Amino acid sequence: MDLKEKLLSSFLVFENQVDIDTYVHDVRNDAIKIFEEKGFPTKKEEAWKYTSLNKILKEDYSVFPQQENAIEYKDIKKYFIHDIDTYKIVFIDGKYSSHLSQTTHDGMDVCLMSAALSKPKYRILIENYFNKAATKDSLSSLNTAFSSEGAYIHIPKNKMVEKPIQIVHFSTGNESATMLQPRNLIVVDENSHVQIIERHQSLNNNPVLTNSVTEVFTNKRAIVDYYKIQNDSSNASLIDNTFIKQRKESVASVHTFAFGGKLTRNNLNFFQEGERIDSILKGVTIIGEKQHVDHNTLVHHIEPNCESHQDYKGIFADSSTGVFNGKVIVEKEAQKTNAFQANNNILVSDKATINTKPQLEIFADDVKCSHGCTIGQLDESAMFYMRSRGIPEKEAKALLMYAFSNNVLSSVKIPEMKQRITKIIANKLGVDIGFDL
Amino acid sequence: MSKYTEDDLREELKTKEYEYGFYTDIESDTFPNGLNEDIVRAISQKKEEPQWMTDWRLEAFRVWKEMTEPEWANVHYEKPDFQGISYYSAPNSKPKYDSLDEVDPELLATFEKLGISLDEQKKLAGVAMDVVVDSVSVATTFKETLAEKGIIFMSISEAIKEHPELVKKYIGTVVPQKDNFYAALNSAVFSDGSFCYIPKGVKCPMELSTYFRINQAGTGQFERTLVIADEGSYVSYLEGCTAPSRDENQLHAAVVELIALDDAEIKYSTVQNWYPGNAEGKGGVYNFVTKRGLCEKNAKISWTQVETGSAVTWKYPSCVLKGDNSVGEFYSIAVTNNYQQADTGTKMIHLGKNTKSTIISKGISAGKSQNSYRGLVQINSRAENARNFSQCDSLLMGNECGAHTFPYIEAKNKSAKIEHEATTSKIGEDQIFYCNQRGIDTEKAIALIVNGFSKEVLNKLPMEFAVEAQKLLEISLEGSVG
Repeated sequence: MDLKEKLLSSFLVFENQVDIDTYVHDVRNDAIKIFEEKGFPTKKEEAWKYTSLNKILKEDYSVFPQQENAIEYKDIKKYFIHDIDTYKIVFIDGKYSSHLSQTTHDGMDVCLMSAALSKPKYRILIENYFNKAATKDSLSSLNTAFSSEGAYIHIPKNKMVEKPIQIVHFSTGNESATMLQPRNLIVVDENSHVQIIERHQSLNNNPVLTNSVTEVFTNKRAIVDYYKIQNDSSNASLIDNTFIKQRKESVASVHTFAFGGKLTRNNLNFFQEGERIDSILKGVTIIGEKQHVDHNTLVHHIEPNCESHQDYKGIFADSSTGVFNGKVIVEKEAQKTNAFQANNNILVSDKATINTKPQLEIFADDVKCSHGCTIGQLDESAMFYMRSRGIPEKEAKALLMYAFSNNVLSSVKIPEMKQRITKIIANKLGVDIGFDL
Repeated sequence: MSKYTEDDLREELKTKEYEYGFYTDIESDTFPNGLNEDIVRAISQKKEEPQWMTDWRLEAFRVWKEMTEPEWANVHYEKPDFQGISYYSAPNSKPKYDSLDEVDPELLATFEKLGISLDEQKKLAGVAMDVVVDSVSVATTFKETLAEKGIIFMSISEAIKEHPELVKKYIGTVVPQKDNFYAALNSAVFSDGSFCYIPKGVKCPMELSTYFRINQAGTGQFERTLVIADEGSYVSYLEGCTAPSRDENQLHAAVVELIALDDAEIKYSTVQNWYPGNAEGKGGVYNFVTKRGLCEKNAKISWTQVETGSAVTWKYPSCVLKGDNSVGEFYSIAVTNNYQQADTGTKMIHLGKNTKSTIISKGISAGKSQNSYRGLVQINSRAENARNFSQCDSLLMGNECGAHTFPYIEAKNKSAKIEHEATTSKIGEDQIFYCNQRGIDTEKAIALIVNGFSKEVLNKLPMEFAVEAQKLLEISLEGSVG
């Protein structure tokens, strides 16, 4: 039985078990129909031209992990940004772990999707927001059909959330292959500000496939900083679908740090539904071996006077493959749009491949849109300069690569987070120097 | 003079009708509509082709039957009915003439209206012309001068008879029959086209030029061009088109193959002005062209194009940089107005070491038109030190048109250096203000800016062609190009 059939048949079982709310019930049923019709995307689709799911779909994934698995905090401490106080929403094999988490209902909701879906007091919010930003593509629909657990965050008006929120999904790998489908909903009301860190981590080498959907709504003048850390084990694959709907004068930024995993696909979509909105998309990708990272971004400029900034840097070693597929659409009404897109890549090995496709689709005339992309090598004269001053080759290379990705790092607003990323990069580049020289 | 604003320009663009819309009544020898193996055989027979050519056409036809039309391009149009087209039509006045005086005077008048009178061309530019009116060569001039140098420049049907060994060796090597839907169709039914061979070490002393015209109602035109530059040779080839006004859509599916052997250089320039349809978007030519060049060692191929016409354009002049140190260039201006749609760009396939490519593409969209750049830069794993620079700039006039960029970049070699940049903007008010301040009126300012915008490409056109290019740009953007 292939994965699609398996999913379709488990949906019937799943639906009977969890269904409570009629609104979500209808949404789920519509979604599974879309998935049934479209199936998993293939390379024939333009958006999947450079990324094939065939290999990872061959595993015999268990769709609903049976066991309750517990893990000790000391074993997984290193996966948290632990040196500062944060809210934590932690899942183990798709199930909420209360003893690792730290949630709140004090003046705002930082809690669980399952609670939001079942408790009547959340009904209006769920009906207003749930599945309202996600598109009807097959993978998001698949997630919608199976959506039951994930993070639910609602920040009411005029609230500065004083500490960052960490959403961490662990998979224990106790079963031979696991498929996880977390679903997150984040609603930030007027004038509020929140910082969120998301991480997916598998704890051993059994294959994991995560098909995650996150919907973020930023209302008037809200500010959202979202950080995604992707540094998973070599058998973990992640399909991350993030949809951000912005109202007027809001600012949303997403930083994606892709360092690991077997196959990582980031579908990052911004919809600007108001004037004077700013969207920021940044990413650093450093991979090697046979890893594959695909950034597929969309910024949809619908109203006038908005901006978007995209900056993606990639370093590709060994037989790794990088894909950047960025799309900016500027609608006819979206005059005075400023949209910038940059994608810079370094190939370190002859076997590495980079495919990049920065697209612009523009229907308005009074706009400033540009994109640039480069593929190149480390500057030899810069290398020589450092080597002639006694810096060994490896360290010199690492310094240059760090400098290369620093543009993206410099806009990270949580210092501890920046340090952590720096350490991961140093580790990735195989050097032992802190970069805060 | 009252203030000339961008709105005025837009208004002018909207109402500017196609000037060269006229129709010459020459008796034609036309085949019945439709396409099957018999028609393919009949075309081949009509052209008195050898058996291998007939077989080659039939092979292409069989492949074509299995293929479907490509739909990935960013254009929307009513699909042509391939069984509703006549696949062959030739002007009646045969056989060929030795001098221009013998040519059908009505035909000469047509050329005069286009401002490309053969006489003038002959005298002024020293351009040898292989004129194609509805698929068959009518006059070939300067042939003797070229013959002295050993250059072969003739219609492809003549070449099939006179130089079968060359045609047989090279035809379909760069664009195989089954390359794509339209290339397969062309391979099966191509009526005529140009053939050019430059022998070893010869620098072609003049620009070679062909003017295309679609002339008979309901006739698709399927040109086939094959240019071979042997080792160390150089040729500059010009191609230009204008077509009469017509209500039903006409199909144009040409194939151009360029082969540059070691150390050779080919410069291929195109000015394209097929009928774009009227202001409501009715009528107009469908231009689905496959153009590709192959570069051997140290060879260079340069494509320059000025696209102002056609209702729908689908065209990607490409370079396969097979030999080490070979160079590919692509310079393009695409102007779309009213309901025109253009999906055009290039492919640079880097296979050899130290290969270089440059892409400069300028898109100007006005009215309700859609203008897309679609390009591919591919660096193969063995292409050490490959270098590419791409620049795609779009200029938008009015908020009902669209400009799109779809660059594909695939690098498989770590020593590759690739740069791509694209911008989209309108004519800035500050730019116009700057000019006004210095006593340049708005009309001149717009002209200056548009001129400057496309200059990088216009500069690449051969002198003889620049006049024609200017003329065609004027039709599309009158009032803005000086």
